[in-house]
Amino acid sequence: MRLEAKQLSFRYAKGEPPILEDVDLRVGAGERVALVGPSGCGKSTLARILSGYLEPSAGKVLWNGNILPKKGFCPVQLIGQHPELSVNPRHRMSKILCEAYTPDADMIAAMGIESAWLSRRPGELSGGELQRFCIARALAPQTKFLVCDEISTMLDVITQAQIWELLLRATERRGLGLLVITHNRALAGRVCERVVSLPEINCAL
Amino acid sequence: MTSKDTPVLAVRELQISFSMYRKGLRKESLRVIRSLSLDVRKGEIVAVVGSSGAGKSLLAHAVLGILPSNAVTEGEILYKGETLTPALQRKYRGTEIALIPQSVDYLDPLMRVGKQAACAGGGPEAQRAARAAFARYGLEPRVERLFPFQLSGGMARRVLIVTAVVARPALIIADEPTPGLGAEAATETLRHFRQLADGGAAVLLITHDIDLALHVADRIAVFYAGTTAEIAPAEDFKRGRDALRHPYSKAFLDALPQNAFKPIAGAQPYAGRPPQACLFADRCPERTNACAGAVAMRALRGGEVRCIHAT
Repeated sequence: MRLEAKQLSFRYAKGEPPILEDVDLRVGAGERVALVGPSGCGKSTLARILSGYLEPSAGKVLWNGNILPKKGFCPVQLIGQHPELSVNPRHRMSKILCEAYTPDADMIAAMGIESAWLSRRPGELSGGELQRFCIARALAPQTKFLVCDEISTMLDVITQAQIWELLLRATERRGLGLLVITHNRALAGRVCERVVSLPEINCAL
Repeated sequence: MTSKDTPVLAVRELQISFSMYRKGLRKESLRVIRSLSLDVRKGEIVAVVGSSGAGKSLLAHAVLGILPSNAVTEGEILYKGETLTPALQRKYRGTEIALIPQSVDYLDPLMRVGKQAACAGGGPEAQRAARAAFARYGLEPRVERLFPFQLSGGMARRVLIVTAVVARPALIIADEPTPGLGAEAATETLRHFRQLADGGAAVLLITHDIDLALHVADRIAVFYAGTTAEIAPAEDFKRGRDALRHPYSKAFLDALPQNAFKPIAGAQPYAGRPPQACLFADRCPERTNACAGAVAMRALRGGEVRCIHAT
């Protein structure tokens, strides 16, 4: 149950300088690691490679020592920075919530999702409300590892504390590993056991 | 007629409802903002904090007149003492009144970002101003040639800020300008807002990052469930929970990761079924039977609060 990046490099276009070069990272089972660094240093790019959305230009992503599966449910799930961009604007929230599995009523209540929101479309909810759906959607039973890319910056601090309380409880109970990208040092210290600075492990910078 | 004391932006008893279709052609009205009053004066930064979904962005959109067409607004919004009509909103937005939108998908996906920033002012003057602003926000000249999808979250955020400030507006409404920015870039952004305010602009700063906000803001308004719970000088937030008036503001400070990181239970009431009484009552540790009555905003210790128990 460990996620590893081995000598990862990535460039967005040929001829451009790489944004990531020779990045090595290892997160063990049930470990919670914060990834920090200035904006534009490749944190989100790394998050998308680790969760299988982008192919690295060189190097590989290993899940329990094997290449991350390309087919079926990916055990590494990404929760994105912009919830409004990670949902289908034409679907109703009830459909979005059940894309991977059907969350039970307890989960929906614990996430603070109001039943009246389910019949709405994404444009009719606030960013913080949408993000709760995205988090609930990512917590499918098959999920073994969560990559959280600035998931709580758009939430108010009370909701932020509520959601982290819930996420930490879920990760502990299910032994999920967590990679948390954040600019908030205080938050990183609260939720993670170890802090990794991307500029220090990224040879492109 | 504007005197020195006329606020640049005055919101009086604003109410916003959405009419939504239920079953078939049955329409229903959903009130999301109720009796909201707020002033922003020249040279002042007023930070708006509060629960997500409390209507902070709706306030911003109401001022600019860009609410969706099924929104119904009541009450008054005055710009420099003048009622903001749709015609005036069209005239002022982008020049006199600028919005820094919350979502990075407000950028035109098909236009290079340098051009988008320069568009805000028009003319070669604006192009120079945009270039200078790019440099100020640590965006390299090559970034001007990029399209929005090629930017990182923090870079896109900075482009939005540049686009808004290029025209030197008198009123800046910044809707969550800092998420995705590193601590240094966020501090620099807010310092720039402070300079703009000191140069005579009025700034309405909508943010979750209360920690940053209280270093630059003059006053802080705490929103809850579509109304103001408390408006207080930023000083009071620095002094800690005991200097604050509303139990929600206190809970807000307690939930910060650098403080207790302890959330209170529950969620804010859903807009569709507002309780008649105090909107915070069902989560409030100080609730009594008297909270079931109507609660109005009242002045208290140099601020305003919507709570009958606050002292």
